[in-house]
Amino acid sequence: MSLWVDKYRPKSLSLLDYHKDQANQLKNLVKQGDFPHLLVYGPSGAGKKTRVTCLLKELYGSGVEKLRMESVPITTPSGKKLDIKTISSNYHIEVNPSDAGIYDRCVVMELVKNAAQTHQLDPTGQRDFKVVVLTEVDSLSVDAQHALRRTMEKYVSTCRLILISNSTSRVIPAIRSRCLGVRVAAPNQDQIISILQMACKKEGLTLPVELAKKIVEKSERNLRLAFLMCESCKVQETPLKEKQEPILPQWQVFLKDTARSIMHEQSPKQLMEVRGRLYELLSHNIPIQIIFKGLLKELVSNCDIKLKAAVVEEAAFFEHRVHQGSKGIFHLEAFVAKFMCIYKKFMEDSVIDMF
Amino acid sequence: MHSFLKTGKLGPASGAGPSGDKQAKGQKRGNRPTPWVEKYRPRTVDDVVEQGDVVEVLRQCLSGADLPNLLLYGPPGTGKTSTILAAARQLFGDMYRDRILELNASDERGIQVIRDKVKSFSQLSASGIRPDGKPCPAFKIVILDEADSMTHAAQAALRRTMERQTRTTRFCLVCNYVSRIIEPLTSRCTKFRFKPLGEEKIIERLKFISSEENVNISSDALHSLIDAAGGDLRRAITCLQSCARLKSKDDASEISTDDVVEVMGVIPNRWIDGLMNVCEEYDYYKVTEYLDQFIMEGYSAGQLLEQLHLKIVMCVTISDKHKATICEKLAVCAHRLQEGASEYLQLSDLCCTLMLCLRQ
Repeated sequence: MSLWVDKYRPKSLSLLDYHKDQANQLKNLVKQGDFPHLLVYGPSGAGKKTRVTCLLKELYGSGVEKLRMESVPITTPSGKKLDIKTISSNYHIEVNPSDAGIYDRCVVMELVKNAAQTHQLDPTGQRDFKVVVLTEVDSLSVDAQHALRRTMEKYVSTCRLILISNSTSRVIPAIRSRCLGVRVAAPNQDQIISILQMACKKEGLTLPVELAKKIVEKSERNLRLAFLMCESCKVQETPLKEKQEPILPQWQVFLKDTARSIMHEQSPKQLMEVRGRLYELLSHNIPIQIIFKGLLKELVSNCDIKLKAAVVEEAAFFEHRVHQGSKGIFHLEAFVAKFMCIYKKFMEDSVIDMF
Repeated sequence: MHSFLKTGKLGPASGAGPSGDKQAKGQKRGNRPTPWVEKYRPRTVDDVVEQGDVVEVLRQCLSGADLPNLLLYGPPGTGKTSTILAAARQLFGDMYRDRILELNASDERGIQVIRDKVKSFSQLSASGIRPDGKPCPAFKIVILDEADSMTHAAQAALRRTMERQTRTTRFCLVCNYVSRIIEPLTSRCTKFRFKPLGEEKIIERLKFISSEENVNISSDALHSLIDAAGGDLRRAITCLQSCARLKSKDDASEISTDDVVEVMGVIPNRWIDGLMNVCEEYDYYKVTEYLDQFIMEGYSAGQLLEQLHLKIVMCVTISDKHKATICEKLAVCAHRLQEGASEYLQLSDLCCTLMLCLRQ
């Protein structure tokens, strides 16, 4: 019994539901025997990983589906020992270098280089090269990216890299110029609806269009999220009804309430209360970027356009600070305090104007 | 005794087996499709496109003059690494492997490595004759590729080594940003700047490659490819090859501008124009909605900033003062994005500035 997300994941390039032209192009790519380094980018839940697994299957056949987990010990130059989890088959190896934190450069140097330097054991195998899949490349440090550059060129005869990232802004130009970029856009509304309906049909359920639309709206074009919501709707009530409301994750509701309480009152006392709520969110492992985005969306709703611009500017400023520092809560709180200050001043000014 | 000798003789015969295999393997490797970037890397110094000064110096060195320590810098894809590798290959011929120490950012290059590996390599003296009797320069070359990612301590450790071993070793530093190399090192080297390649040169090269590889590309597509590559020949060649590969072999259609735009990750102009229009409407919600859509399409924010910058600078309806404000914001956002800030927030910040500026 697996989740629907995994159960209905397409297994080969020809079974993909959307971006079919791209799938065909990838097929052509595989057919020609040769293969460049790939940089697959797109928003989360758009199917980047699915495409990569399909591509690997197209390359090597069903052999790539025999996966094994390994943990590889790595020693950093300073003598620290790390264990890195890798998922590999006979033909490929998948690593998330950002697991190693600031030591990601060592992972790239040791692991990727080792994999790249060794030849394929079986010379009669279909391909001369192995594939190294690196996920979350956008959180790779600049040092590690530099380390990749020459490795990519030098061992091109034995190894191809597939880099997966959410955006190319953080990938240095030197890497971008060595890769074939594959953009995976999020599926649009109709595509999600038809995919969900197909899955429901196979489960022996009918999905009303109204409900499907609601799910799409709530999931923000994230197919994975849409699938999870759809399944939770099924658990909530079968058969599915039109009027049913897809459940939002609890933290989203919580975040909205937090924003509302900030709008309600601006005082040091309120700030203390908000702080408790923010801690609560952080302790549930909600990424700070998402908290910022959620707060901003709610907070600007009641402002005039000049004020909006000011608030957005502050949000962008403090969110950037988060990445420079190590403790996110300071910057979140600073943003809330700053907002309260701007907002209160604005309200007082408008009251004065009235008289 | 005889049999012993016989077995002894058999040794080399059986030893020939693997070497024969190796040859076969080598042949196979020859047939193996290689990336065009590697295939069309310049083999000799004379093949290098443009970059007159450096080529002249290296050519003189090939005909017997002394070679200074070199510092090659310039934007990516202008042929820095290719030039020095080609020169080294020409200088040393078969002994190429023994005479070159190539270290790049993927190797450990801390201060310890400079002290041990580089120093001991540079202390060995080299003879001035090749094994086949031809004369060759009596020095070795240490190539430090991507030298701008070396630590300052490691660079400092190089200083004295560089001077002491001039008799036996030349250093060649290759980097993108000369400002990241410490002053004492730059003053010890002859600096050569690699210019971004001119349009005609890239066209010439690309046309040559496409005729060699039987690729059909329309001249419009070629021009948009070059615009997007911005003087980076490697990027242009990679893109050309990617476009060619994405087409199936039986389908002999031309590579169109759309293919190029998709492969290069350039954002289609309609998105940029759309963004400007939405900002002019002065409605925050429309703007955020547009941004959401934009991010969902998977385009990169960094690329958007670049293209928007061009658009803003060229725009005639915006006053200079507002252009300055917008460009400042662009710079701030680009910097923050590079450090990993959220795309959505930075872009909304930028759009707010745009809205206010376009309104006035």
